[in-house]
Amino acid sequence: MSERRVVVTGLGATTPLGGTIAETWEGILAGRSGAKPLDQEMLDRYELPVHFACTLAQDPSEVLTKVQIRRMDPSAQYAVIAAEAAMADAGSPEVEPERLGVAIGTGIGGVWTLLDQWDNLREKGVRRVFPLAVPMLMPNTSAGNVSMVLGARAGAHTTVSACASGAESMGTGYDMIRGGRADIVVAGGTECATHPICFAGFSQMQALSTRNDDPAAASRPYDTGRDGFVLGEGAAVMVLEEYEHAKARGARIYAEFASIGMSADAYHITAPEPEGAGASRAMREAVERADLTAADIVHINAHATSTPVGDVAEANAIRRAFGDAVDRMPVSATKSMTGHLLGAAGALEGLFTVLSVHHRTAPAAINIDDLDPAVDLDVIRGEHRTLPAGDIAALNNSFGFGGHNVALVVKSV
Amino acid sequence: MADQQEILSGLAEIVNEETGLDPAEVQMDKSFTDDLDIDSLSMMTIVVNAEEKFGVRIPDDEVKNLTTVGDAVTFIQNNQG
Repeated sequence: MSERRVVVTGLGATTPLGGTIAETWEGILAGRSGAKPLDQEMLDRYELPVHFACTLAQDPSEVLTKVQIRRMDPSAQYAVIAAEAAMADAGSPEVEPERLGVAIGTGIGGVWTLLDQWDNLREKGVRRVFPLAVPMLMPNTSAGNVSMVLGARAGAHTTVSACASGAESMGTGYDMIRGGRADIVVAGGTECATHPICFAGFSQMQALSTRNDDPAAASRPYDTGRDGFVLGEGAAVMVLEEYEHAKARGARIYAEFASIGMSADAYHITAPEPEGAGASRAMREAVERADLTAADIVHINAHATSTPVGDVAEANAIRRAFGDAVDRMPVSATKSMTGHLLGAAGALEGLFTVLSVHHRTAPAAINIDDLDPAVDLDVIRGEHRTLPAGDIAALNNSFGFGGHNVALVVKSV
Repeated sequence: MADQQEILSGLAEIVNEETGLDPAEVQMDKSFTDDLDIDSLSMMTIVVNAEEKFGVRIPDDEVKNLTTVGDAVTFIQNNQG
């Protein structure tokens, strides 16, 4: 049997830019910021130093029933919305339940449920704690709920690697198909960490932008004026499918999911290793595993969160991985518009990378008025970049607290 | 004090909120598990919400005796404080 190839046949998302991946991509191409002001009552009560976030564009009640909303943490609600949309986009393929898998990553899991129920316990007593508190707050709650909604029985998995979770879950889905465990896997990431404790915690580590006078300009990766990331929320999911399976049913194929490379820094719990050895190893490994060379990569969707240290570390790691070939790899920094979706970030940017290859268009970042001279990359600003005709491949980077490095390679079909 | 009809409709609202079932389905002779397909976790939430709504205490030991909607309505009616 020849090696099983994995292709992308469906995309779904709910993001700060829209309730669908189509609206989200349209927002990206229009250069729209997803930043919105935070609830004034919450700001007053907790005196949070950050007054905005890239919150969801959609109210989940537009799509889900009242009972679904009661019984699922918001992170699981988002995941279910994205997963159902992705399967619909794939043409609702008929597949045996035992051959349909799920892999949904998250950075933080059911933090709203945990803390709401903790409030209930403290303020109202044990009888008022919701009986579904534990199954709603556990990190695998999204994978479990998505598997139930889709009737997916090949296995439902959850990767947890902070802001690399979403990308890593796609790698899990890819491995499931390559290894013969499934023919289709619904894979992605979800996050709803817009709880005051998360703003407080990230603020205390000086990770968030405090550009309160201009939220739309706050997420500015690679710009000299960047002062931290903008917290985002949402979910993004892709339908990964074994190539022959997709071909046999005449599915639309967006791109090939060609490989994943992973490494760990083993250096510091939050700071990137300054030489970028681990990150560059993940990138090179991804390219090699796809049987490609640096010359084949025509585009990178960078992790680029808009933090002073992280952006330069990534730029150095990219240069270290590919040398002069980087000059021919225009880089997108889409967090300038979406904010940082944490455990969903790698998934959403994975979708963007697929769309960039599919449409041969790499989107321009917004807010880069003054490119940091320490960033030796061809960062796309102003005009979107048209990618070459013929066989092309693109790379998506995701990194997470804990020293997790994940790189995905997507190829044209 | 709520009368039987008020308790039934209040309970139907609680069941609807928890499960999405049409309140009209919640009738005296219906079994929570066999007819309404309510699992033990949902039952727990329904009990706690009913306690709050009707000002009664429904001990955990008692919950297993509440097989039908009518059992619950009667228990609430007899134990309203």
